[in-house]
Amino acid sequence: MDILIQQLFNGLTIGSVYSLVALGLTLVYGILHIPNFAHGALYMLGGYITLSMMTLYGVNYWFAMFVSVIVVGLMGVLLERFVFRLLREAPPLHDKIAAIGILLFLEAFAQFVWGADFHTMTSPYDQVVNIMGLTFTMQRLLIIVSAIVVMILLYLFLKKTYTGSTIIAMSQSREGASLVGININKVAMLTFMISGGLAAIASSLASPINLVFPGMGHLVILKAFVIIILGGMGSIPGAIVGGYILGFSESLGATYISNDYKDIIAFVLLVVILTVKPTGLFAKGER
Amino acid sequence: MKILTKRNGIIALIILAFLFPIIGQNDYYLHMLTLSFIWAIAVYGINLLSGYTGYLSLAHAGFFAIGAYSLGLLTVKSGMNFWLALVGACLITCAIGFVIGLIALRTKEHFFAIYTLCVGYIIYLVIDKWEGLTEGVRGLIGIPAPGNIGPITFDTAASQYYLVLVFLLAVIIVMYRIIHSLTGRTYMAIRNSEDLAQTIGISTMKNKLTAFVLSTFFAGLAGALYASFIRFIGPDIGSTSIMFDLLMYLLVGGIGTLSGPLVGTLLLVILSQNLQFLQEYRMLIFGPLLTLIIIFYPRGIAGAIFDWKIKRKDKKPPVLRNDVSIKVEEG
Repeated sequence: MDILIQQLFNGLTIGSVYSLVALGLTLVYGILHIPNFAHGALYMLGGYITLSMMTLYGVNYWFAMFVSVIVVGLMGVLLERFVFRLLREAPPLHDKIAAIGILLFLEAFAQFVWGADFHTMTSPYDQVVNIMGLTFTMQRLLIIVSAIVVMILLYLFLKKTYTGSTIIAMSQSREGASLVGININKVAMLTFMISGGLAAIASSLASPINLVFPGMGHLVILKAFVIIILGGMGSIPGAIVGGYILGFSESLGATYISNDYKDIIAFVLLVVILTVKPTGLFAKGER
Repeated sequence: MKILTKRNGIIALIILAFLFPIIGQNDYYLHMLTLSFIWAIAVYGINLLSGYTGYLSLAHAGFFAIGAYSLGLLTVKSGMNFWLALVGACLITCAIGFVIGLIALRTKEHFFAIYTLCVGYIIYLVIDKWEGLTEGVRGLIGIPAPGNIGPITFDTAASQYYLVLVFLLAVIIVMYRIIHSLTGRTYMAIRNSEDLAQTIGISTMKNKLTAFVLSTFFAGLAGALYASFIRFIGPDIGSTSIMFDLLMYLLVGGIGTLSGPLVGTLLLVILSQNLQFLQEYRMLIFGPLLTLIIIFYPRGIAGAIFDWKIKRKDKKPPVLRNDVSIKVEEG
């Protein structure tokens, strides 16, 4: 029973990270219909920036994370402005390939600047807490709580503010949003900024319990794609729920099925879902 | 009679390719060319599906690995004759491709790309983890070189080069025949608009599946040739980075063009060999290059040359033979 609870807790931790990454991905997809393969590279970059802020300048963990969010967010804006905006009228194939090009560049760039080694990020929150005979590390609790806080803030931003509702409007209909006077380019850049910021938060939170290396985004991004297909491309609640579902199934699968094949679970899940429903589980009415 | 026609140019290129081992006498270049011809065969496979049928498949490194491993396992573990194993490897790849295509092609556009990306990753993970069959990370060692056909042996570098060259030419001829036939037109119709293709009575699923299986066949063939050429394979040949390399060869050369895969592969393989000192960082250059090409020259080098030729033709003043014909045209 203890193992089960421990694993559920682990699932909750991983799930929180997945949800944050998938949220960024789904926001961009909802607005611009771009499957942003470069999102994993932004995630990786976020981890590195937080790490170097902490090791080089010795700043506080939270401040380092803040800098990382800003930098990666701006990176997202640049990508939108100088790559994806130019491809807005192009066939969908082109967006994907451009995104892959960016992904390759950013990975080589990280390797060039920080080397191919694995780095560990030390977090100020590595204490162990005991709750009812179960041991949790502080960092894992922090991940869960921060993820929930970020999600609530994002929800409030999207639903309660004027700027937020322009994003919703654009995801419902680009032409419609344009007709009522929303500046589509600004909204697109803003969305990329939020998306990049979310990736940076996710990786800064997850890095202390994982490692920081150039390929750290690979699996995460693939899984994030699985999640947004699971939750419906462009659906925000779908990304959150999907993230937790995947987190739980992975941590339980690792204990009860096989640790070697735990990474395959996500992909098998996806293959099964797309086999049964080719447009994803919660696909919207329009095709 | 013009000498510089397209046809003569192609014949000259082929003769040059055949004479290369005799003129070159350089095993290093020969090795490199053979390797890039093998990659080019795989790129032709991707081109058929992604360039002509419009479905971006990110699983082809996986099919390449399936072809390579099938050949390796058939020859090393069951001691089969090379040529039988080559046929077997292609058949196995096609069979797996058929099953995956049957399911994958139900999805469209982004879903297809993501689905195949995941399929490719699953293939890689299975090869990596299934140690009982594939030896896992240790890889398969001691794959035999191609067996003799009668008096012809394949021991030297030059003879292997010729073998691969013949396969490459065969693949190009098959591709040429496909895209200039009704089948090719059908694929392009599907690429341009699947709904429209369906309305005019094309069975899209059947055609897409044929294109998919054919393209996995090319990838499997390339994989099998690779295995017998390098004589050692590891799970890395199915990784996503190989997939992205292949995609880059295709994009730089020209997606949806006949000469593109060969041009792109040759250019980039030679370029990255010469930039060996930045092997690790070559993506610093190639990544942005890929993005820029897709923005400004979406049809790569071959497409850019094609467009330039058309533009030049338009600019040339029309040849005036006599005034009558012009009047007729105007009238």
